[in-house]
Amino acid sequence: MPDVEIPLEKWTGKVKEVKIGGGGRKEVVVGGESTLPFLAFESSNPNPPKIAIEVHDKEPTTWAAPLLSAWGDAVKDPGTWAKKAVEFGADLICLKLLSAHPEGGNTGPAEAKASVEKVLSAVDLPLIILGPGVAEKDNEVITAASDAAKGQRVALGNCEEKNYRTIGAVCLSDGHIAIAKTPLDINLCKQLNIMLSDMGVPADSIIMDPDTGALGYGIEYGYSINERVRLAALGGDAMTAFPILNHAGGEVWRQKEARASDGVPDAWGDLEERSIIWEAVTATSVINAGCDIVVMCHPKAIERIKSTIEKLTGK
Amino acid sequence: MALTGIQIYKFLPKTNCKECGFPTCLAFAMKLAQAGAELSACPYVSDEGKAALAAASKPPIRLVTIGAGEKKIEVGNETVMFRHEKTFVHPTGLVVRIKDTSSADEVAKTVEAVKSYSVDRVGMTFGMDGFAIENASGDSATFVKCVEAVSSKSDLPLILMSSDASSMSAAVDRVKAAKPAIYAATKDNIDQMIELAKSSGCPLAVRSSDGLGELAELTEKAAGAGVDDLILDPGVRGFADSLVTLTQIRRLALAKRFEPLGYPVITFPGEGASSLDEEAVLAAQHIAKYGNIVVIDCFSPAAALALITLRLNLYTDPQKPIQMKPGTYQVGEPKETSPVCVTTNFSLTYFSIAGELESAGWPSWLVVCDTEGLSVLTAWSAGKFDAEKIAKTIKGENVAEKVNHKNVIIPGGVAVLRGELEEELPDWKIMVGPREAMAVGGYLKENWKS
Repeated sequence: MPDVEIPLEKWTGKVKEVKIGGGGRKEVVVGGESTLPFLAFESSNPNPPKIAIEVHDKEPTTWAAPLLSAWGDAVKDPGTWAKKAVEFGADLICLKLLSAHPEGGNTGPAEAKASVEKVLSAVDLPLIILGPGVAEKDNEVITAASDAAKGQRVALGNCEEKNYRTIGAVCLSDGHIAIAKTPLDINLCKQLNIMLSDMGVPADSIIMDPDTGALGYGIEYGYSINERVRLAALGGDAMTAFPILNHAGGEVWRQKEARASDGVPDAWGDLEERSIIWEAVTATSVINAGCDIVVMCHPKAIERIKSTIEKLTGK
Repeated sequence: MALTGIQIYKFLPKTNCKECGFPTCLAFAMKLAQAGAELSACPYVSDEGKAALAAASKPPIRLVTIGAGEKKIEVGNETVMFRHEKTFVHPTGLVVRIKDTSSADEVAKTVEAVKSYSVDRVGMTFGMDGFAIENASGDSATFVKCVEAVSSKSDLPLILMSSDASSMSAAVDRVKAAKPAIYAATKDNIDQMIELAKSSGCPLAVRSSDGLGELAELTEKAAGAGVDDLILDPGVRGFADSLVTLTQIRRLALAKRFEPLGYPVITFPGEGASSLDEEAVLAAQHIAKYGNIVVIDCFSPAAALALITLRLNLYTDPQKPIQMKPGTYQVGEPKETSPVCVTTNFSLTYFSIAGELESAGWPSWLVVCDTEGLSVLTAWSAGKFDAEKIAKTIKGENVAEKVNHKNVIIPGGVAVLRGELEEELPDWKIMVGPREAMAVGGYLKENWKS
């Protein structure tokens, strides 16, 4: 029988471990990889990818039908929504403070504080808290969120190239984790991590969101940016060696494939089945490319990915 | 691994005779290394050199063809572990399994559903690639009947699945002109299967569930007997074992140039899954991580659409992004009062803006200019997205006839084009939209009065 000697990669780098939670809250550790995802023959990656479930601070008005029917009335209140997310198997809650958007209610720090407190008291899972994606509002509500969650080590975002100082600084002063978001570009990703590090954010307090697209809408860019960033980290580049977060759910549920049942070709099949597979396939793709925290929406897709991660890690 | 110019140079005569058309042997060697010249251009290279260079230029993963004619499946020839290193080359073959224990009606129904399945994405049409027919009955006559039933209704390539050499022989005999793949040779039947592959000229799949050593032993035996078109089934069926084993096979083939495993790999995600959506997720993993032919058990349009889309996405050459066909696209169901937005034909640009318009609830006319697949700013700086091009597209697409207004929104990134565009399109009011697609909903709310 021919002698088959399996080639092993000798990686020199290792992804930083980041601990989210604590202060009476459950803790989740992500990162720590010393090889590519799930290649147990090469090295053991200590922390399997985690699933964060998306919760909004206000009832979604444009959500797709399969999501609305799966979540029911729970989406009317962030606390109830978060509790339901625990039932559906969340490892973390990703609270999006969308009502602060100038076109979505323009709420301020007081409302943000109230929403964060609701979720904190409703569940004991670690939290990711994101602003509405508009710089000045992000700074305003994330500062309030940081204060409300003091001592419970949450992840706050998004820090972006043009707007990272305020959120970086509140993370630093309140002991939270900064989420560094960059648009599908390894150099920008690295640069933002350097800028956050330069302002003193510790290496165990950065999570990267290098961005992704949904299946059919740029998944290949998300897939490759994950792989490139992870390979750079394993190759010894400390400024890319942070855990990766991807919004698989948020990207998928904006797309027609997850929303449309009428006026689409017969070849698209049933909406419910299609939308769940769309989210699950997007999530499995980013996880196989190095994602540590995948943010998802539909309970059935979440169940599928949870089981997939268990099978991939032999648990 | 391809040889470097210096490695090739060692085999050349080093006389700088120029008969190859290059000034020096070294220049010729460098060109050979980039695959920009043929070795035969050198009349003086030694036989030893020829052999060494031929071995080095042999693809590390053999290209294998299943089927004949236009719809044949070609898989293999992959050269990278990660698509960003260069590109994945031959898209995963997606085939649907039919068991000969199914009723004639069921078989007919599945064949019809699969062969007529067709989806359009980014202006191209895709479908499923073939059928795998399994001799689940264990009966030779039933198998042959099923193979005949499928092949009489469809010209898609076939994979014939039986461990019994005489059943296989009878089935191959009926359809051998169509060059089906023979699945599979195992340690128990390999001699007969090799004979059959040789006499029919069909590709042969080799299966071992006892490690890569045994699999390599079987392929060496087949290759030694003159059967070169081989397909590997390492017998792994679950999520973890298939990821690990398929990664190892790809690495052995590429990094070690381990020839006995330098062939495409076939997978059966349905055997490692207990539901349709689980099969789809495992199949997705196999498309991403080193499966070349994926055999699907539960055919459903929704899952097929997802897998075909993933394959299209991941097999796109990162250097040549997917392009949209230039033209006027409808987002939602636009009316004559709906906004007209201009963008480029880089697919990601298109999808970003179309997705934002869709989710913000703005049915629109999206006019896509031919920028050779470049994004807004890249195309603008390369001179492929200028006022003239935009004006020509607006006129050529007869946009004015679709709407009852004369307002056109250009991307904020090319605000500088406004003045020129006003000259090119004097009847139109040129509006400058936001720089980022994400802001388009807010922009329209503020600025669009229908």
